[in-house]
Amino acid sequence: MNLVLDVAAGVLLVVAALLSVAAGAGLVRFPDALSRMHAGTKPQILGLICVVLAIALSLREWAVLLTLIPVVVLQLFTAPMSAHMIGRAGYRTGDFRSELLVADELEDDIARADHVSSEEAGEPVGRTLDDREGDDDRAR
Amino acid sequence: MVELLHTVAVALFALAALLVLVRLVRGPGILDRMIATDVLLTTLVLTVGAYCVFNRTTVGVPLMLVLAGTSALSAIAVSRYVSRRGVERTGEEE
Repeated sequence: MNLVLDVAAGVLLVVAALLSVAAGAGLVRFPDALSRMHAGTKPQILGLICVVLAIALSLREWAVLLTLIPVVVLQLFTAPMSAHMIGRAGYRTGDFRSELLVADELEDDIARADHVSSEEAGEPVGRTLDDREGDDDRAR
Repeated sequence: MVELLHTVAVALFALAALLVLVRLVRGPGILDRMIATDVLLTTLVLTVGAYCVFNRTTVGVPLMLVLAGTSALSAIAVSRYVSRRGVERTGEEE
């Protein structure tokens, strides 16, 4: 039984290491900052969960598990935050190759916001949801 | 069997860190380097966890906790700096 748990912990470690290698390969091979960010965020959650499960399986103590759960929870809070901020900065500085994008929905929204703010300076600012949906239909 | 798995895991972690270092040195923009730093820190957290598994010890668990909690701060600070600089740059162009 102990051997089985140890082997399971080792397999989980190898899976986490493979995810890290995938992130490293993606960082080296992918063309622009946004797709590199996509590759880099893979081991941050899944790899960490794998390692935490490996520690729990190899140490087999409840106190350790209680300390490890906050690690995963903290990472679940902070990893999307940093990824969002980096993606936002990358979009704003134009640090991506727009010909690689399948769809750029934010560009439509920014154009619409500029249009609204320049055209309707005197009128009420908030446009209703119906207006936005109408614009989308026209764009398609 | 278990030793073999541990050796493979360590080798893969080292390979991953090397690949990330390549991007950290080459990466053309500051954002590429920031992403690479983030991934390197993640690899460090995973390696500390692997160390705990190898030696059946809990010394690395508080380190993992602190690193998981604070790893986002550097990325947030740098990306705020970058986007503010980007806004100023487009302002000059207009």
